[in-house]
Amino acid sequence: MGWLAFSFLLLIWELGSRLNPALQPYLPPVSRILSTLGEVVLSGQIVSHLMITLSRFLQGYLLAASMAVILGTVLGYFRLAHSLFEAVIEFLRPMPSVAIIPVAVLLLGIGDAMIVAVTVYASLWPVLINTIDGVRHIERTLIDTGRTFGLNRRKILWQVVLPAAAPYIVTGLRISLSIALILVTTAEMVAGSKGLGFFILDEERSMNSSNMYAGVILVAVLGYLLNRLFLLCEAWAMNWRRGMLARESI
Amino acid sequence: MPLLEVQNLSKTYRQMGGETTVAIREISCKIQRGEFVSFVGPSGCGKTTLLMSIAGLIAPSSGRVMVHGKEVTGPPPNLVLVFQDFNKSLFAWRSVLGNVRFGLEARGNHSRQAEGKARSLIDLVGLNGFENHYPWELSGGMQQRVAIARALAYEPEVLLMDEPFGSLDALTRLELEDTVLKLWEELSTTILFITHDIEEAIYLSDRILLLSQRPSQIVEELPIDFARPRNQVVTRAEARFMEIRNRIYQRIRNEGAPL
Repeated sequence: MGWLAFSFLLLIWELGSRLNPALQPYLPPVSRILSTLGEVVLSGQIVSHLMITLSRFLQGYLLAASMAVILGTVLGYFRLAHSLFEAVIEFLRPMPSVAIIPVAVLLLGIGDAMIVAVTVYASLWPVLINTIDGVRHIERTLIDTGRTFGLNRRKILWQVVLPAAAPYIVTGLRISLSIALILVTTAEMVAGSKGLGFFILDEERSMNSSNMYAGVILVAVLGYLLNRLFLLCEAWAMNWRRGMLARESI
Repeated sequence: MPLLEVQNLSKTYRQMGGETTVAIREISCKIQRGEFVSFVGPSGCGKTTLLMSIAGLIAPSSGRVMVHGKEVTGPPPNLVLVFQDFNKSLFAWRSVLGNVRFGLEARGNHSRQAEGKARSLIDLVGLNGFENHYPWELSGGMQQRVAIARALAYEPEVLLMDEPFGSLDALTRLELEDTVLKLWEELSTTILFITHDIEEAIYLSDRILLLSQRPSQIVEELPIDFARPRNQVVTRAEARFMEIRNRIYQRIRNEGAPL
């Protein structure tokens, strides 16, 4: 049903563009965009940009995720550590992460290192905050259960704390997924010479609007696929939650 | 030598404003192997504090707990506590079978036989067929059964139960009372049971220790020698059942204040 409405909008776009030649440099007909998309993909030209963006995304996201889960668990577990870092976190987290891009350019120049660094910085926060939250809010009774069964601290961490905090951590990971892609794309626009972000901006400056839209579509498809992949992994790992959430939504 | 001995146990809590609350004061008792002993007392009297101290989950302010003649300084390896809040104690990410297996794994048993043992325990608590269910899919009574099975999988010498049926409806409570008795008889575990339900305590126990209000002390000890196995109809119909019940009820009402 939603697809119907969407197709209808595309139809309006197509007709409006074809009937209005003055619009075409800015809003080319959908059909032309799609055929351009086909061309640039098949010529391989855009695929290399895509791969570069994807590679930077993966590096930034995975690095941020692993660091944030570890740090978040430590800060969630040890009240002292948390109070030490709390002020810094509360100050930095509301800051729009894109503001850090010029700083990164200054310190790391333009190139892969800068882009990955910026992505790591931005993707850290959702995972970190949610992990801290999840670990801190674990029921005392759950920990006492681990203790009464004779588990030592390490075992309690792995067998009780982390599984219990997992839903929170996964929420953070899901949010960071979108943020990481946003940051990679933005950084590539601001200060890059490769990647989908750069491609989109470059084509815009060269007045190749069809190519530009093609790039936008590709980035959207990339985001969509990454999301679906994440949901698949989440469903597999959080199998035990599925029924519970369905019931709650009744 | 008694299996478990509580010696002059006291616990004082310090609140945020600096005030102190004496939860329990100088409690002493001896528990022999195989006994079923209940602690009964008014709400808020420190029963949970007492049990948590015996379980080694809380450090006493003074006095000590001895298990097999050795002082308890942390959760002893042959003791396990079943919490009142099964909701917050069961592992939501493990199935019924997974939760019970946890008890075995905690004992160091990761073998193939572990699964068989877990299944037989699940059967023993009457949850046959629910092995692959998750806790959220079960009723309160069933969840508490899982918690009990998980505790028993640990093969404890002493089972501590903190008002395990407190949040369940009356009929489920009666069912689970009989389940616990059956398990106790089959496995010869020693059980320390906390409840505010006087009749439940009389029905289940060999001995009842009456606790006063905060600061809690043992005000009376009553031996309960109705024939075993107990029966919900027969045992509760005995004239002495009501006598004991009334005696305890009066005592709690009148002796609400500490000695």
